[in-house]
Amino acid sequence: MKQYLLSVHHESPEEVANVSDEDMQRMFAQVDAFNTEVRQAGVWVFAGGLEDIDSATVVDGRGAQAVITDGPFSETKEYLGGFWVIKAADLDEALEWARKGSAACEGRVEVRPFQGEAE
Amino acid sequence: MQSMAARDIEQVFRAEHGRLVATLIRRFGDIDLAEEALGDALVTALQTWPDQGLPPNPGGWLQTAAANKAIDRIRRESTRDARHHEATVMTPTTHDPVAEAAAAVEEFGVIADDRLRLIFTCCHPALAPETRVALTLRLLGGLTSAEIAQAFLVPEPTMAQRLTRAKRKIRTAGIPYRVPQAADLPRRLAGVLAVLYLIFNEGYLASSGDDPVRDDLCAEAIRLTRVVRTLLPDELEVTGLLALMLLTQARRPARVAGGVLVPLDEQDRSSWEPELIVEGHGLVRECLRRGHPGPYQIQAAINAVHTDAPTAPDTDWGQIVALYDRLRVVHPSPIVELNRAVAVAELDGPAVGLALIQDLPLDGYHPWHVARADLLRRLDRPDDAAAAYDRAIELTDNRAEQALLRRKRLAVQDPR
Repeated sequence: MKQYLLSVHHESPEEVANVSDEDMQRMFAQVDAFNTEVRQAGVWVFAGGLEDIDSATVVDGRGAQAVITDGPFSETKEYLGGFWVIKAADLDEALEWARKGSAACEGRVEVRPFQGEAE
Repeated sequence: MQSMAARDIEQVFRAEHGRLVATLIRRFGDIDLAEEALGDALVTALQTWPDQGLPPNPGGWLQTAAANKAIDRIRRESTRDARHHEATVMTPTTHDPVAEAAAAVEEFGVIADDRLRLIFTCCHPALAPETRVALTLRLLGGLTSAEIAQAFLVPEPTMAQRLTRAKRKIRTAGIPYRVPQAADLPRRLAGVLAVLYLIFNEGYLASSGDDPVRDDLCAEAIRLTRVVRTLLPDELEVTGLLALMLLTQARRPARVAGGVLVPLDEQDRSSWEPELIVEGHGLVRECLRRGHPGPYQIQAAINAVHTDAPTAPDTDWGQIVALYDRLRVVHPSPIVELNRAVAVAELDGPAVGLALIQDLPLDGYHPWHVARADLLRRLDRPDDAAAAYDRAIELTDNRAEQALLRRKRLAVQDPR
């Protein structure tokens, strides 16, 4: 089995802020149900939703003195909102989980394999 | 003993390439290794066949030679890895790639055709469309990256890089090497057929370059579609696509005259290829007997009606409109509406046809401008027709088609 990162990207903080409570409740319920399905299928590794991009801090420890800056890496339009890490036999299986996850969270999902040998 | 030229050997090699590489990939699980081993086997064939003559089963000979070359490569790699291993951790490995590969060779006698697995991998939706086309031509068609680069007018390093990147993604992302499950098959097969039709169409009306028709691409698309049909005989859309290609290819000899594209109604029908028409019509009848035809089968049937008419005025336009009526149900698109309107214009006149196409969102699609121009010409609106021909000429890079459109444009401006 390989491990895949299924990540959800938001277009902008406004996009998230403008979601109504009702819509948010529905998405939470859908994602909950999806998470249960992933666990029951035995392919769950880890998952999490992230706080707003405003809460990000960048640390650059490449020099002698670490430099700490407020905010995300760069002013890119899209940013990571949450993710799942799952186990799958191949990309087709991972894509099928991504399809379900995308429907649950009502957002596009990017699928990326983790490095390293398959177990 | 017959002596063989390198050209003949390369032809045998090209014909066997898809089958050989597909089997090697399944047995060794590595596309690059399969290609390299097959390349080694070709070198050996080029060295020995000219003197010793063609072996009784060239495909089997190449398969065995390539498998041995693959094992040699694995052995060399594993020796290197093993030395590296000893130097670092000194842990013996239970994994024995040489024995595994040798066991793989034993199984060669009973393999099913692996080309079907390979084509679904090459046409996987996780690869970019242009990559699917290139990979299919490379691995199944056996074209070199230089030949593919030339066919699609990109620099060779660009094409080589595209292929390398695709193979890396197949490996790292875990794109599977298998025929999709029944539930996914229709959708995935549609993707495969789209790639084959794209190859055919690029050949039949080259989007640019010196040759208006790339016969090599048309032939390769037909050959690969025949392979898929042999492997999936119950999938009627494959049969439909093959019929569509054959009935289109049948008109190839009449299609270009003196560097100018010849429209269907002006073609010399006596030069159409009767064997292809007979075969195509047979396939269309086979599809229609089974009912519920999909888009390729309906398009094939439309082409069967065209190729059935001894002269252009004999064309059964009523039948063609009826087929487009079915096509717009199973595969609605503005392009289908456009083609249907052209047929309707033959039945009900150019004004009706023009009204049907006027608002279609096809401004970037040169056949829309051609159809408009032809209808405007028939409606005695030469200035509007000339403007539409101009726009069509701007939008096509095919020289033979440009020549045809310029001739038509001159004719509306300067009526005899």
